[in-house]
Amino acid sequence: MAAKKTSPRTAVPSGPVPFTKDQDLEAYREMLLIRRFEEKAGQMYGMGLIGGFCHLYIGQEAVVVGMQMAMKPGDQVITGYRDHGHMLSTGMDARGVMAELTGRRGGLSKGKGGSMHMFSIEKQFFGGHGIVGAQVSLGTGLAFADRYRENGNVSVTYFGDGAANQGQVYESFNMAELWKLPVVYVIENNKYAMGTAVSRASAQQDFSKRGTSFNIPGEQVDGMDVQAVKAAGERALAFAREGNGPYILEMQTYRYRGHSMSDPAKYRSKEEVQKMRTEHDPIEQVRTRLLDGHKVTEDDLKKIDADVREIVNAAADFASSDPEPDVAELYTDILR
Amino acid sequence: MAIEVLMPALSPTMEKGNLTKWVKKEGDTVKSGDVLAEIETDKATMEVEAVDEGILGKILVPEGAQDVAVNTPIATILAEGEDASAAPAPAAKAAESAPSPAAAAAPVTPAPSAVAAPPQVTVQPDPEVPAGTEFVTQTVREALRDAMAEEMRRDGDVFVMGEEVAEYQGAYKITQGLLQEFGARRVIDTPITEHGFAGVGVGAAMAGLKPIVEFMTFNFAMQAIDQIINSAAKTLYMSGGQVHCSIVFRGPNGAAARVAAQHSQDYTAWYSNVPGLKVIAPYSAADAKGLLKAAIRDPNPIIFLENEILYGHSFEVPKLDDYVLPIGKARIARSGKDVTIVSFSIGMTYALKAAEELAKQGIDAEVIDLRTIRPMDVDAIVASVKKTGRCVTVEEGWPQSGIGAEIAAQLMDKAFDFLDAPVLRVTGKDVPMPYAANLEKLALPSVAEVIEAVKAVTYK
Repeated sequence: MAAKKTSPRTAVPSGPVPFTKDQDLEAYREMLLIRRFEEKAGQMYGMGLIGGFCHLYIGQEAVVVGMQMAMKPGDQVITGYRDHGHMLSTGMDARGVMAELTGRRGGLSKGKGGSMHMFSIEKQFFGGHGIVGAQVSLGTGLAFADRYRENGNVSVTYFGDGAANQGQVYESFNMAELWKLPVVYVIENNKYAMGTAVSRASAQQDFSKRGTSFNIPGEQVDGMDVQAVKAAGERALAFAREGNGPYILEMQTYRYRGHSMSDPAKYRSKEEVQKMRTEHDPIEQVRTRLLDGHKVTEDDLKKIDADVREIVNAAADFASSDPEPDVAELYTDILR
Repeated sequence: MAIEVLMPALSPTMEKGNLTKWVKKEGDTVKSGDVLAEIETDKATMEVEAVDEGILGKILVPEGAQDVAVNTPIATILAEGEDASAAPAPAAKAAESAPSPAAAAAPVTPAPSAVAAPPQVTVQPDPEVPAGTEFVTQTVREALRDAMAEEMRRDGDVFVMGEEVAEYQGAYKITQGLLQEFGARRVIDTPITEHGFAGVGVGAAMAGLKPIVEFMTFNFAMQAIDQIINSAAKTLYMSGGQVHCSIVFRGPNGAAARVAAQHSQDYTAWYSNVPGLKVIAPYSAADAKGLLKAAIRDPNPIIFLENEILYGHSFEVPKLDDYVLPIGKARIARSGKDVTIVSFSIGMTYALKAAEELAKQGIDAEVIDLRTIRPMDVDAIVASVKKTGRCVTVEEGWPQSGIGAEIAAQLMDKAFDFLDAPVLRVTGKDVPMPYAANLEKLALPSVAEVIEAVKAVTYK
């Protein structure tokens, strides 16, 4: 262990291996599930069924889906508050996620956590955290536990370009490299921290270099291309799993919606959003490959669309009809 | 079947809005994500996007309409081949049970229910020390180290991390010898990075390990308090009971000597305010050992507040293989009938000395050592006050919202009719800790102040 490593920034990463038809179908379905789920969540928020804050993941789907395709069972996931996509991609039940958004007893946190706070020990998903940047130290702690137990697992710790300016991120980078912890830091750079553009908040806008002073290698990845995400994820996970310490992936991505439901997103132009949607949409890229390259028919895709809609509609029905938590739940789960 | 588009709520508090503009016309084809209309709330102008695909059938609320209530149908979307006269169906089954946002935002007052009350927890008394047990004289420092070492021998998931805990043997020598016995894998020197290593500890605890996180002093834990409260204390609740944190945060708390305001704060009341934490502040070496062992085994986040001045104090500790004390149980340190003095940690030094002096003057004080601050053994205080009718609290922390204030409130609630005098508090003064020796002495409580307070409540 602790072999002298070369910086992958200096090496030219080989281009992503093209997906097989089955991989493209899997990626298409998983990304579509997140998008349809989030659209439905937005609709249900509009109907007053979802309260408080609701941060949608629309546009960023390729990041979690590509990373999930690169991960192994046992690897942990932790993220911030824009977390519905991460939960769905780890295989958490759409009904349970939606029912948590509506604050019902069948929600994954029994209705007591809400949009920003859900967990699944079974799927090794450790939240869902509402304090910007807190998950970076926590995810480093998950990696500490992996290293302590020598179980060969890696902690995949997601955070945004906004969280990347929090102090504890760098405290965590330092310890992760010092102790060679198996953690992949995935920085989802969606260009805006709430309403503040990266250029207005970040002195170093190349987030892959944010670990440079700790000797943590990093690379920038086209986060709208699920193939590129998976390939980079595999490199980073292998590096961390082999005992070389942490690795940073800056995923260059974009959120189509506002920061939260109540954000009209006046800080960017309609044209900017439209350009990303038409030229870089992660789902459309895969759809085009499936139709043109893999010779999948429109009807095949319609069937996937229908399946996904059925899952989302069932989740919405459940989340609307499931009762609120029993009042006795007020005083449970405070101490174990 | 036609689908209704409803006036959406676009913020947690929105009840109505103005429909400023229709972007699509009747008959236009729409797909999900298309902007249908613009609405104006008191905060912003927002776009309404289509969720379902089809043809915009009928516009039900015209452009320019003011104060349209949330959930009012504003248009219908038709499936392919449907005509606009098709009877609109509810937008989704969801809509039928949708509460109005106003109702959803209103404070919900649940019907009084016997089940929605804090659970009553019965804490077992201290285990009996068998007759003939040998007692050894130990400092609090040695007792704390022995507690950690014994638990680390017992459970491989227990480890200790913090600044200078390993090679330096502990800034206050509490971890002396642990590195030699357990090695660098389990006794971990951290960089000076409280926020970061507290978070790393909580993350490791979420993954099932049992960290002991040492803060060189609790003054420095203020940098880490977000991880202690938002991550450690609240996660069990927010995860619906799935993710727990078995973690002990320990270190010296409160005033040392001549280190001034930034290094001399008592955080007992701060942490005792937080549901999801247990807070322990022992006085004697035996309690320090038995309670730290219990804390390490406890599946919850524990704040274990030590005191630098007490580290060198010696006490009798029972020589038993596994001396574990119950968390949440106060101890009657001295029995008496005239007044109840309640204290904890170093406050006990003032309380016990005052009781001795008062005995010479004919006042028989009962002294309660809380040991655990949260959950607080209110029953023990109430039982004592029912006997004595008077109560004085002693702590080094600040007066406002302090532990004494909490005890006074509990007694008002649970023993009002038994009180023969107001509860009095002896506390640290309401100032940042001064450096000058004379001022520092004035800022701390004193035996004389305790005696004075007792005389006041006993009308002597």
